[in-house]
Amino acid sequence: MTADPALPLSFLGLFGDAVNFIFNQQPAETGGGLAQVGGPHQVLDLASEQLKVTALALALSLAIAMPPALWLGHRGKGERLAIAVGNAGRAIPELALIAIMAAVIGVGLGNLTIALSVLGIPPILTNTYVGVSQVDRGAVDAARGMGMTEPEIVRKVEVPLAVPTIMSGVRTATINIVATATIAPLAGILTLGDFIIARNVYGDAGVLAGAILVALLALSLELILAGVQYLLTSPGLRARRA
Amino acid sequence: MTSGIALAQVVLHNRSNPDCIQRNDIFCPGWAIDNIDRYVDPTVQHVVLVLASVGIGFAIAFTLALLAHRYRPLSTPFLAATGVLYTIPSIAFFFLLLPITGRGRTTAIIALTAFTLQIIYRNIMTGLNNVPPDIRDAGSGMGLTQRQLLWRVELPLALPEIIAGLRVATVSTVAIATLAVFVNGGGLGTEIYTAGRLTFKTGIILAGGLAIAMALVFDFALVTFQRYATPWQRAVPT
Repeated sequence: MTADPALPLSFLGLFGDAVNFIFNQQPAETGGGLAQVGGPHQVLDLASEQLKVTALALALSLAIAMPPALWLGHRGKGERLAIAVGNAGRAIPELALIAIMAAVIGVGLGNLTIALSVLGIPPILTNTYVGVSQVDRGAVDAARGMGMTEPEIVRKVEVPLAVPTIMSGVRTATINIVATATIAPLAGILTLGDFIIARNVYGDAGVLAGAILVALLALSLELILAGVQYLLTSPGLRARRA
Repeated sequence: MTSGIALAQVVLHNRSNPDCIQRNDIFCPGWAIDNIDRYVDPTVQHVVLVLASVGIGFAIAFTLALLAHRYRPLSTPFLAATGVLYTIPSIAFFFLLLPITGRGRTTAIIALTAFTLQIIYRNIMTGLNNVPPDIRDAGSGMGLTQRQLLWRVELPLALPEIIAGLRVATVSTVAIATLAVFVNGGGLGTEIYTAGRLTFKTGIILAGGLAIAMALVFDFALVTFQRYATPWQRAVPT
């Protein structure tokens, strides 16, 4: 690896180069200046790939974690299991997960989706369980007295009351997944992380541009999900929190 | 850094089963035993990364929490600011810092510290807020000043929440610190992402396993500390 030419004084300079990289195509560092990299077209391509794999993995985590967590939370059983899965999930090293997936199972969108969903399951499972099981038992008894069936109680009483806790799990899961999707190029799926990892192709400007884009993507997703959470929270609950 | 081919050549000279390495089987125990010493430095570097990040993160988050506890209006902006730092993926953070701090351990520690702030800050605030008002009143009634109330009553009662935050922050940081390899920050990631490739399965599993084991050890240490630091909790039958 060559010495890093970027010194504190050139910070604005490199930052400017990074912005330029995002908006204008330019010759690659390697390949004799024939290949063109950067520019809005490639940025959007890679960003949409990262969003796609994030959405797929999140959907898979929700599908796997949500039903058992709702059921266990409703029954108030399996607390140890729900908490243990949450704790164990945090200890999984992202890089080792992607590496083992790429080296053992193989590269590709399907495999990557499965690997990333592993990072989304623990927070969704734990938060959904905790949220539902902490719903006031008085409210549940009242619903039962009104003649609601058990699935109705989950759907109309417990989930609406647990939305803030459930959504905080979904947001953590999304951040974990989109962050790790950044190193997906190591597993053959080109996301915005390619700008960061393939420095020999994109140069220092490309690396910084990639970091800026990944940060913006994660922050935008977090803002969107905060908005979704606001919309999903019932107006009565919003008033009480404020 | 050593390439996979060089690794295989080195290994042929000792008691490892060369076939296992050649086939790149999922785990070659012979290679692991022969080469365990190469994991010492990365493990020590990893421990330093985690302890420095969580330690500095705790110092900053603790200061922020005490300020917000004293001056309530600060709590929302602090939560938002640490939330932004938490949301930016560490791998992006490393490279955002690159023009300022360059490649190396400092960059890794700054980014990992930024990640831990929100987790620790939020737990300290929750712990302090959960202290029952009656207990605060009782303390004031006994003549404790604000400062005495904080250090002798509120913080000890908030300790379980604070330790819970430290546990989450530490375990997550052990996992994320594997990414420090991308900015030459050292750590166990160097044994996973070798020479820009992810190919040697035994090495990946060994380094990943060491990271998970390290997370468990830190977690156990914090639980043990909590047990000794909060003797009154053991007296309460639950």
